[in-house]
Amino acid sequence: MSIVHVKINGIPVEVEAGTTVLHAARAAGVRIPTLCYHDDLVPFGSCGLCIVKQEGSAKIIRACAAPVHEGLSVITDDPEIFEVRKTILELILSTHPSSCLTCIRNGECELQDLAAEFGIREQPYEVRLSDEPKDTSSASIVLDPEKCIKCGRCVQVCQDLQGTFALEFIGRGDGTCMAPAAMLALDDSPCVKCGQCAAHCPVGAIYEKDEIGAFRAAVSDPKKKVVVQIAPSIRVGLSETFGLPAGTVTTGKIYAALKQLGAYAVHDTNFSADLTIIEEGHELVGRITKGGAMPLLTSCCPSWIDYVEKYYPDLLDHVSSCKSPMQMHGAITKTFYAEKAGLDPSEIFAVAIMPCTAKKYESKRDENMKASGFQDVDLVLTTRELGRLIKNSPVDFLKLEEEEADSPIGEYSGAGTIFGATGGVMEAAVRTAYNVVTGKEMERVEVEAVRGLDEIKKGTVDFDGTPIRVAVVHGLSHAKEVLDEIREANANGTKAPYEFIEIMACRGGCIAGGGQPYGANDILRKERSEGLYADDKKSTFRCSHQNPSILKLYEDFLGSPNGEKAHHLLHTTYQERPLYKA
Amino acid sequence: MSESNENKFSPELLSFINEWKDKPGNLIMVLHKVQEEQDYISREAADQVAALLDVPLATIWGVVSFYHFFKLTKPGKHNIQICMGTACYLKGAQPLIDELAKQLAIEVNEVTDDGLFSLEAVRCVGCCGLAPVLTVGGEVFGKVTKDQIAGIIAKYK
Repeated sequence: MSIVHVKINGIPVEVEAGTTVLHAARAAGVRIPTLCYHDDLVPFGSCGLCIVKQEGSAKIIRACAAPVHEGLSVITDDPEIFEVRKTILELILSTHPSSCLTCIRNGECELQDLAAEFGIREQPYEVRLSDEPKDTSSASIVLDPEKCIKCGRCVQVCQDLQGTFALEFIGRGDGTCMAPAAMLALDDSPCVKCGQCAAHCPVGAIYEKDEIGAFRAAVSDPKKKVVVQIAPSIRVGLSETFGLPAGTVTTGKIYAALKQLGAYAVHDTNFSADLTIIEEGHELVGRITKGGAMPLLTSCCPSWIDYVEKYYPDLLDHVSSCKSPMQMHGAITKTFYAEKAGLDPSEIFAVAIMPCTAKKYESKRDENMKASGFQDVDLVLTTRELGRLIKNSPVDFLKLEEEEADSPIGEYSGAGTIFGATGGVMEAAVRTAYNVVTGKEMERVEVEAVRGLDEIKKGTVDFDGTPIRVAVVHGLSHAKEVLDEIREANANGTKAPYEFIEIMACRGGCIAGGGQPYGANDILRKERSEGLYADDKKSTFRCSHQNPSILKLYEDFLGSPNGEKAHHLLHTTYQERPLYKA
Repeated sequence: MSESNENKFSPELLSFINEWKDKPGNLIMVLHKVQEEQDYISREAADQVAALLDVPLATIWGVVSFYHFFKLTKPGKHNIQICMGTACYLKGAQPLIDELAKQLAIEVNEVTDDGLFSLEAVRCVGCCGLAPVLTVGGEVFGKVTKDQIAGIIAKYK
């Protein structure tokens, strides 16, 4: 890579050739306002807010998309640039409602921030709002075209990051909508409910289905015992909502907050992540020794499951029959836990706090989600909803004393914790499968090859002479490469060169799930993941099969891994689903 | 998706699509050809193109909803196009549209219940000397006045 010398507002800076003006400016410590730009996406240049002047040229260029060249000198701010940017904002506001006070993004809106920053005090242009209705068909996500500023982030996310092609620019001019094909409802489209569109939307045009009200109703119902589980990545996600540095682990405070919010008991999904590993580890070893479709694909991520059911139904035999930790937890809550706690399962209202919008859909997806004889998980709230719920309550989160999760389904190993990061399920599975196969413990439990943000991570783990070839994929668009490999091998009657593949829909894994606090980029993803890995490192038990509560669960209740009872409660089935329902 | 006979692609169309399958820019070409054969892009047709070219349906819909040229509903047996180019507009194209809409009991871009007529406002058709102009099928009517409308409609009934 060659280095070029450029000047930003007269400040000399050296950057690699091909760097955009925006990033060169950042390197020079100069901030350029942006709106449509997002670190995760290829610059699209739809808003024009980042315009700058090139010295010696009459041209105005978009800093997000323009690459620098040797000798380039850029002015990022002068009265004229300010006026142009302000006009751009005023024009955007002419098609955007001013209902900030009642908007779900109030206080967390990129457009609102910019309007404040530019000191916009009036709307000089006639306001014309879209009269397209909201799309509330999905169990997970709401589309509100009225608030859409047509930046195109959601379309890029849906197509380029997720390879899902549910959303597209439909129509033209100011009638353009970010919507599914053929005027179909989102729920009838290929949408996998990952919520990355919502997480990337700068305004309130796409957001999670807000179900805080159902939580409030449940905790104030004297006939209900609200039992809550929190997912691995919540402990590093929620902290940002309360101004703590990204990656800060707040597990004990979250338990305490939920108790104060009226929960009867608080458990940890990490426990069921451990349970998943026992089941999935045995399934993997079973397939290796006794046969079955190989490679085995993980099944923790509901968006990935929705994707494979729609796009690769011919590979469903490869997908682990294990339910996600959330669903396993729900089934155990209303059977084993109910019995231990002396509760009638019908009075338990099971709530799951998840980093994920698709979990809302998953909890109601079919009859398998009623394995306990009841709805195993009654309500799913995302991290963002929990954040709002706490902020709406008397709970002073930062001052809370840490508490413990309630037994007997609250204890977890470090392996359960790292489920929240890409590669975490694989690493946890390896730690336990190694033990199942060899009867020994790994000397060093860290599996570095599957950590980090490379899109597809491949590696081989040595199980005492038996090589286990693994692959880890995050960001659904990258799944295609590996899945096509399996499909081709199947067609040729050969085997794809893997034993076990982990797929998570969201880039970085659940730590950057569609329901996590806004603003995730690779820097935050790294920090949130490091929080989980640090938490794992200081755990008493690093492997799922060492978790005493898990051992007791099998001893007292489940019997053997993959046994009949386990199969009934903890495993599920899949079915081909059409890309478009209508 | 049920495939009605009506939207079945002809062997010629299928071989055209096959010929263009791997060429860049094929989507627009193929969609043009589909509309040429079927008068519009039906959902069934879009599904077939998606499958034949291995392009997401969303991408196809993005294209057909962007370009005015593509029609998403089946036009009437006789598609009436009223020129709204500058000359025709100034010479009173709007009153013609209003009269047609009244007599056919449809709005612009709609089709009569019997499927016989559809109404479309178009850009300059290139014979400004005859303004205001309307076309039915391929036939051009020039210097049209409001009281000729009933006669023009009757001709195609």
